[in-house]
Amino acid sequence: MIYEVFRREREGAAMQHAGSIAAPDGRFAEVYAREQYGRRGESEALWLVPRESIDEIAEFVDEFDLKYRRVDGYSIKERLKEARAAAENATRLRDAFSAGDQNP
Amino acid sequence: MDERTEAFLAHVQAGGLVETGDWMPDEYRARLTKFVEMHANSELMGVLPERDWILRAPTLQRKLALTAKIQDEVGHAQLLYRVVEDLGKPRDACLDDLIAGRSKFHNVFHYPTRTWGDVGVIAWLVDAAAIISQKALLKCSYAPYGRIMRKICWEESFHILHGRDVILTLVTGTDAQRELVQEALDRWWEPLQMFHGNPIPADRDPMVHWRIKSQANEDARQQFLEGYVPQVWELGLTLPDPKLRRTDEGVWDYTEPDWDKLMAVVSGHGPASAERLAFRGLSRAEVDWVSRTVLAEAA
Repeated sequence: MIYEVFRREREGAAMQHAGSIAAPDGRFAEVYAREQYGRRGESEALWLVPRESIDEIAEFVDEFDLKYRRVDGYSIKERLKEARAAAENATRLRDAFSAGDQNP
Repeated sequence: MDERTEAFLAHVQAGGLVETGDWMPDEYRARLTKFVEMHANSELMGVLPERDWILRAPTLQRKLALTAKIQDEVGHAQLLYRVVEDLGKPRDACLDDLIAGRSKFHNVFHYPTRTWGDVGVIAWLVDAAAIISQKALLKCSYAPYGRIMRKICWEESFHILHGRDVILTLVTGTDAQRELVQEALDRWWEPLQMFHGNPIPADRDPMVHWRIKSQANEDARQQFLEGYVPQVWELGLTLPDPKLRRTDEGVWDYTEPDWDKLMAVVSGHGPASAERLAFRGLSRAEVDWVSRTVLAEAA
């Protein structure tokens, strides 16, 4: 049987996939995992998961163009340039107008 | 080449990665399987020359360190055979092929270990040469192999230190101890020079083409020479190649090894090939009852 091994490197860290081991049953899997992924104190905890009980999802289709959910869905740079130009223009017009007021 | 294979090739050549369940061309799977299998065989066979010295280690500390290194190497073999199994070849088939001489293992493990000096030279320089190739494999297009390589490289770095420690103890000891290192180095230099293989240009190496490997053989050898020849020389030791020198361009000149000899050694005609394979076969037969008992009990 194949077991996928996950390890936590230090307290508070996420469990991360470490590799897999082949073992006839859970007892052997535990011994092998301890030796393979814990004998130098490099792991704080291990998870052993029989490979067959893992459900994998590996396809993510963006059917409805949901880019508004993501950071890259917003092109702030161009919009900001436009907004700054508009603000500058407004200031220039206002200055010109108040200058005209003083010198009719 | 069909469209799917072309797309796969473009993907890996552009730095794309491949996972176990992904579709892959037959040629890629076959080359990758053979490569990782040879790597696994080398880890497994590589412990035999060192095993010879467990009982003869000079101190208890050295005996424990050597045993720990051997456990690491067998562990690497297990991890690598797992990668091979996921590619479709069962571990039993790998061991059958290894013992029958149908598959290969690295040239350096076809030589005898005559003295404790050999143990130092192997742990220091053979592991140093190996770690250069292994570091380049971190970038392998087959991601599960690259990930396992991270753990292997981490453990190999202890081995190099252990080897250097053995060598430093011997070269600062008696004249006889120093002579032990020099004599071992003289014998190991040729296999070490051959270790990275004959210089195939990267653009003609199919392993580079599929981005299984990313480093040309000669680049690996030059990196080894650049890193380690100065370390050998600074200890007052010599290397048995009169042509060995660093040119002004920073490239190392050396006497071209006999590549036919390398081919003969890795195809099972090295000085210790037959003995090592016989021993591997014997120990497999001896522990067969253990696996049968364990599997029967688990079933």
